[in-house]
Amino acid sequence: MKPKHQRLVLGLLALGAVAGAAGLALSALQDQAAFFYAPGDIAGKPVPTGKAVRLGGMVAAGSIVRKADGVSIDFVVTDGKAKVPVAFRGVAPDLFKEGSGVVAEGKFNPDGSFTADNLLAKHDERYMPPQVAGKMHKTETLEK
Amino acid sequence: MIAEAGLAALWLAAAFALVQLMLAWGAARNGENPNVGMLMTALRRTALVQGLLALLSFALLIALFVRSDMSVVLVATNSHSLKPMIYKVAGAWGNHEGSMLLWVTVLAISGAGVAAFERRLASATLAATLGAQAAIGLGFYAFLAFASNPFVRLNPAAPDGQGLNPLLQDPGLAFHPPTLYLGYVGLSVAFSFAVGALVMRDVGPAFARAMRPWVLAAWIFLTVGITAGSYWAYYELGWGGWWFWDPVENASLMPWLAATALLHSVTVLATRDGLRAWTLMLALVAFAMSMIGTFLVRSGILVSVHAFAVDPTRGTFILALLGIYIGGALALFGARVGTVTQGSTFQLVSREGALVLNNLLLSVVLGVVFIGTLYPLAAQAAGVQLSIGAPFFNKALVPVALALVAATAAGPLLRWRRDNMNALAKRVLIPTAAAGLAFAILFALAGGAHFVPVLGIAFAVGLGVASVVPVVRRNLRRTPLYVWGMVIAHLGVAVSIAGMAADSAFKTERLAAIQVGQNVTVGPFRVTLAEVRPQIGPNWSALEARLQVRRGDGKMFELFPQQRFFSTPPTNTNEAAISTLLDGQLYTVLGQGDDQGRWQIRLWWKPFVTLIWLGGALIALGGLLALIGRVRRERRADAEAWA
Repeated sequence: MKPKHQRLVLGLLALGAVAGAAGLALSALQDQAAFFYAPGDIAGKPVPTGKAVRLGGMVAAGSIVRKADGVSIDFVVTDGKAKVPVAFRGVAPDLFKEGSGVVAEGKFNPDGSFTADNLLAKHDERYMPPQVAGKMHKTETLEK
Repeated sequence: MIAEAGLAALWLAAAFALVQLMLAWGAARNGENPNVGMLMTALRRTALVQGLLALLSFALLIALFVRSDMSVVLVATNSHSLKPMIYKVAGAWGNHEGSMLLWVTVLAISGAGVAAFERRLASATLAATLGAQAAIGLGFYAFLAFASNPFVRLNPAAPDGQGLNPLLQDPGLAFHPPTLYLGYVGLSVAFSFAVGALVMRDVGPAFARAMRPWVLAAWIFLTVGITAGSYWAYYELGWGGWWFWDPVENASLMPWLAATALLHSVTVLATRDGLRAWTLMLALVAFAMSMIGTFLVRSGILVSVHAFAVDPTRGTFILALLGIYIGGALALFGARVGTVTQGSTFQLVSREGALVLNNLLLSVVLGVVFIGTLYPLAAQAAGVQLSIGAPFFNKALVPVALALVAATAAGPLLRWRRDNMNALAKRVLIPTAAAGLAFAILFALAGGAHFVPVLGIAFAVGLGVASVVPVVRRNLRRTPLYVWGMVIAHLGVAVSIAGMAADSAFKTERLAAIQVGQNVTVGPFRVTLAEVRPQIGPNWSALEARLQVRRGDGKMFELFPQQRFFSTPPTNTNEAAISTLLDGQLYTVLGQGDDQGRWQIRLWWKPFVTLIWLGGALIALGGLLALIGRVRRERRADAEAWA
């Protein structure tokens, strides 16, 4: 192979790698990006079931029900416009309480309820995305 | 006085960086002048003094934290007089300003290291390299002085400090940031070498041999820093995971991927004089990734335990620096790449070919991580809110990672320049058979339930066998150290991947609420809650569970997971209790109590999970052996050249 050709082949391979990375990433983005919803965003619309999403809002007053097994909780997330019932099994963060903000990571069920694998409470410094904080702040202000 | 002295040292260091840049300019322009030796000596000494001044400034900041000098804003907002001494020292970099000072200090010390030890590079190229290092330094000195001054006074002084984020109050803080930064910022040397070589049009095997030890050293620290950070997150967060695909974690992974690719391509350049332009590009990209990581973590664009403060001017400042340095380097590359003459060529089936494949696959991984990390930020700018986590990265990266493992296994079995497929097929016969056997056994045991992790373990077994082939039937005592380094590092990759796959396939989790005296089972263990009792630490109080664990009919042992309450600042943390056994770890977390006297207990049995970090340690050890081997060999070659 002539040097010039080799350089060309290497260049094309590098381009191929970039295209491959973009292709892989885009196809995975299509079904694996977790969108963020507030209850009002999806009221009256078909819910995206079976996909990992984040649901953010306030824990509605008087809605927390602790189940008999000691590790399951049912509660309602609201943003003042709509409500979504959430079921969670696990150790809830310390700041999880009625009337304060929460982000639930999990999936919607076909009946419109939400099953959460993980809860992030407001002021939980760990891994709270700023957009969530922003949205919850807005919601909080609306409630007041 | 200490704070003023620290600030003065910082400004002086910046002044020396400016002098260094001007001396470098002069030395690089007058490479042929017989008197350039004097200029070079002055340049080297200036770089040394700059490094020492930055180190002094950093030491003075630590002194302020040790003395709990509450008349300094940074100490008052991030420390507390009752904090244990180790966290007073480590707390100096457990905040935005202090960690940026550490960043700059590592940058200056790296430059000083090059000035002190680099003897192989042509003097003009070395001058340009030190000039580039000084230019990077100037930007970040300005960032410290104008946007992140760690030495600002507080008047009147605070009665006591606000304390350090309890999540950071862990021995990991003493270890993880400094090693990570040594790697992260150490890559600036590769960047400056590439800039120097481009400016002086001096790219070739000699340049590559000079650059390689610096890349290796940075890469070793980066490997150690990432491995330690992963283990820290694993035991400190109490979530049972060891990698969360958090943007901040990705920020350290991206430079590592680029540096790993660079490490392999620089070998092609040093040994065979191939991949000249590509190697330069990777050297620029590796440090560009470090700077992008710094931007992501330190600008406040992300909120996490790593992002200490939100101040928009800082983000803009770092972004401007990023634009100048990365843009400038890429422009230089674009302008000069045409003058980088073609190196020697090679056949596709050859060691070089395998290394090219390795580089391409690593670039694909880097590209996917880059997109996955930055896409949410781009989407946010477009008004869409989303997050990207493990499902995305697993889906996009697993196939590439498996291909990468196969290439890693085959590469060292190929000859340089040209080889043939049939010969390779014979050499990979045994590793492939081992992988096939492992797959058959595990598939029979696990069934189709964990197909991908089982495939991962099989590939890891194949790589493990293949990685030791280069030393089989060789005189082991005469095998060069850097060959051992490669063997051990590749073995480390196999070990680490086996651990990841085993954890993913075979971990079991149990969550229950039980009263004192009751028990739960997880995997082969029966765990009894014997007692929940209060505990007092130096600056925290805690509820501690005494768990009695028995495996089958084996001997009983105890674990003590805690819930800690810190008063300054008021925060709760979970302290997981972990028992490390030969075949895995039992991970226990104490949750909340309820009104019926029950306590939430969360348990994980994670078979072979320790292999993940053991593999990381092996990779770093391999790097260290390779570094020692290379430096020794170069020394010997130098001595022979003089004799």
